[in-house]
Amino acid sequence: MALHDFWFIALAALFVGFFVLEGFDFGIGMLMKTFGRVAKGDREQHQRAALNTIGPVWDGNEVWLITAGGAMFAAFPGMYATLFSGLYLPLLAILVSMILRICAIEWRGKIDDPRWRQWADLGIAIGSWVPAVLWGVVFAALVRGLPVNADKQIHLSFTDVFNPYTLLGGLATAGLFAFHGALFARLKTEGAVRDDATRFAARLALPVTAAVAAFGVWTQLAHGNDWTWLILGFAIVSQLSAVMLVLSKGGDGWAFTCTAWTVAAVVILLFAVLYPNLIPSTLNPDWSLTVLNASSTPYTLKIMSWAALIFAPLVITYQAWTYWVFRQRISADRIPAPIGLSRRPT
Amino acid sequence: MDPLDVSRWQFGITTVYHFIFVPLTIGLAPLIAVMQTVWVITDNPAWYRLTRFFGKLFLINFALGVATGIVQEFQFGMNWSEYSRFVGDVFGAPLAMEGLVAFFFESTFLGLWIFGWTRLPRLVHLACIWVVAVAVNMSAFFIIAANSWMQHPVGARYNPETGRAELTSIVALFTNNTATAAFSHAVTGAFLTAGTFVAGVCAWWLVRARESDEARTMYRPATILGCLVALAAAAGLGLTGDAQGKLMFQQQPMKMASAESLCHTETDPDFSVLTIGTHNNCDSVTHLIEVPYVLPFLAEGRFDGVKLEGVKDLQEQYQTKFGPGDYRPNLFVTYWAFRAMIGFLAVPGLFALVALWLTRRGRIPDQRWFAWFALLVLPTPFLANSAGWVFTEMGRQPWVVVPNPTGDQMIRLTVDQGVSGHSAGVVLTSLITFTALYAGLAVVWFWLLSRYVVEGPLEHDSEPAPPKPPGDDEIAPLSFAY
Repeated sequence: MALHDFWFIALAALFVGFFVLEGFDFGIGMLMKTFGRVAKGDREQHQRAALNTIGPVWDGNEVWLITAGGAMFAAFPGMYATLFSGLYLPLLAILVSMILRICAIEWRGKIDDPRWRQWADLGIAIGSWVPAVLWGVVFAALVRGLPVNADKQIHLSFTDVFNPYTLLGGLATAGLFAFHGALFARLKTEGAVRDDATRFAARLALPVTAAVAAFGVWTQLAHGNDWTWLILGFAIVSQLSAVMLVLSKGGDGWAFTCTAWTVAAVVILLFAVLYPNLIPSTLNPDWSLTVLNASSTPYTLKIMSWAALIFAPLVITYQAWTYWVFRQRISADRIPAPIGLSRRPT
Repeated sequence: MDPLDVSRWQFGITTVYHFIFVPLTIGLAPLIAVMQTVWVITDNPAWYRLTRFFGKLFLINFALGVATGIVQEFQFGMNWSEYSRFVGDVFGAPLAMEGLVAFFFESTFLGLWIFGWTRLPRLVHLACIWVVAVAVNMSAFFIIAANSWMQHPVGARYNPETGRAELTSIVALFTNNTATAAFSHAVTGAFLTAGTFVAGVCAWWLVRARESDEARTMYRPATILGCLVALAAAAGLGLTGDAQGKLMFQQQPMKMASAESLCHTETDPDFSVLTIGTHNNCDSVTHLIEVPYVLPFLAEGRFDGVKLEGVKDLQEQYQTKFGPGDYRPNLFVTYWAFRAMIGFLAVPGLFALVALWLTRRGRIPDQRWFAWFALLVLPTPFLANSAGWVFTEMGRQPWVVVPNPTGDQMIRLTVDQGVSGHSAGVVLTSLITFTALYAGLAVVWFWLLSRYVVEGPLEHDSEPAPPKPPGDDEIAPLSFAY
């Protein structure tokens, strides 16, 4: 296998890591305000319990994106340059919302005050909903093709980014992340918080499956080839398994594993239909950026391969260990009392 | 409006802003690790409280550093796509490695540290903060290695077929003398920032709580720790800055000539302390105060016999070499940023000396002016860091990749060649968005930090909870929750 092919797979793997892990972080953030609406008890404690399921891990999960961006820069600078400048405004929106989310999560508990928390929750909601939708839109727009001209520049029109296919893509990723997040909360909590998570998952199960299946089939029919049917089939089977496990009140761990596979399969599908293109040109197929014409030199790819082969297993090992350390379920009544300061000195 | 100018303003604002938070993270992580180590070894609760106290301040700051860091990585492609295309083969590798080798460690182990107080054995938990401390510094190395390649490209050649710079030696890139000099200088600056931060905050509390036990057992030792770090860093900044300056005289003579407002090539020119000028150009500059011998020493380590090239002569040389164009950086900015950097550096050094004197042999100072001095000194290292970066980045203008005098002359790029082809309006949208968002977050950051500083180490942090790795039969409550 040529190195640029290996790096195409590596880039896909980094985005798989990002979406599988950050996917449930987004989901928790999207659903957070709905926790504790039905169950008795302090609503704030329920929402805190939900947020703290991702507490120790969300920051590490986000690094998958940073590394994916860096890897794209290093391995496919042509793609990085054209795509990031071409999708300027959608990426700006993603950046702004992710900044809000990081600060909101980290600062939420620092001040013990309802109004402060309201602002933080708004930041978490924006910072989870906007990227969850836009990443789907952006990837769908990429798969559909962008108006790359002979100078490798993109002059974007509104419909390149927002059209029925990309909107369906955004709906599919947002739905899938919410479902994935609900299943993560179900796995990581107990008591009333878990009941809530189960209820959300049950409600989301069918509409999300429909959206994901529709997006997958459209992707396959419009851009796929023979062997990508396998990936799509796998995605749908794992999604249906998750749904069955939710509706039959089956194992929490298995259900979450299934949606993790669904997210992974959807990302793999998107990369698979893209290959060997990196950015298909809608103006002229010859102007498409491909793994051949947009990649780095074999020397750079070789260096990067060594770095990845040494460090990626290490990263996966210690991140897995983190999940092991914090494997216990949490519940609303076992969350420590808020330790934030009051707004004014007392 | 020129999209280039808007793009440069955006990169300048977002980068200087990002680097407000980063040095505190880089310097404070090792200091917190030291505090926690002292606690683990001595079992002295004062150091536990200090660890918790500065840990909270660290986290408030860390969030904004991370959040603004993502923008940094994205905007090379978003705003400087032609630059990215030209350098990607070289420049992308250290950025990707930063994520893989450093930032993953940093973020994951920080999560373990924050939430792991009762979930991890004491020594494993201590190891987590040390991993963070090492990783943040490795992060700095990768980023500065990338930046140094823009200042002094090595280990690469120009490929006329692809029209871009291509990496030939990753070892040369990481052992670039510009990178090692800039890394030691920037990291020493980070230690100055964190040392001053610890010293300033604790000295203020020392005066405020001078009657209490805490003053003797907690604030005084922490003040001394911070002062020693700040003092060592201030001295280190002189040494590393000198080494870096000597390299710059060889590698980027235009930057140094501009920093000195040295217009004409001279032998043994005086070091200029104060100039005035009606316009930002050579002809209107009047040197008011000058000191002999300093400049030859800064450039080559000798006191005489040093010929330094002036801006005008360099401009002519560059025009002959690289074609018509204006190769002069902004004289006013480079000259004053250089002096601001040195001036702001002196303040924490002075403070550390005063503080060490006032706390000598068990003394607890009670002077109100000292408490005020402690607070006022806090921003100065931040300002020195910013001034240093403004100097070094403005000093390389109009280049984004400065040609290496002894390297491949085709590896060079000016900012107007590197910018993306956006309209000014598009970039202005993002400039306004980022600036407004960043301004708002800065207010919250400052308010949160000051709120926590004023509150001081908290009661519930006075006794460490015993570490209790989870058993399968019971559910331990989290020791910390958002």
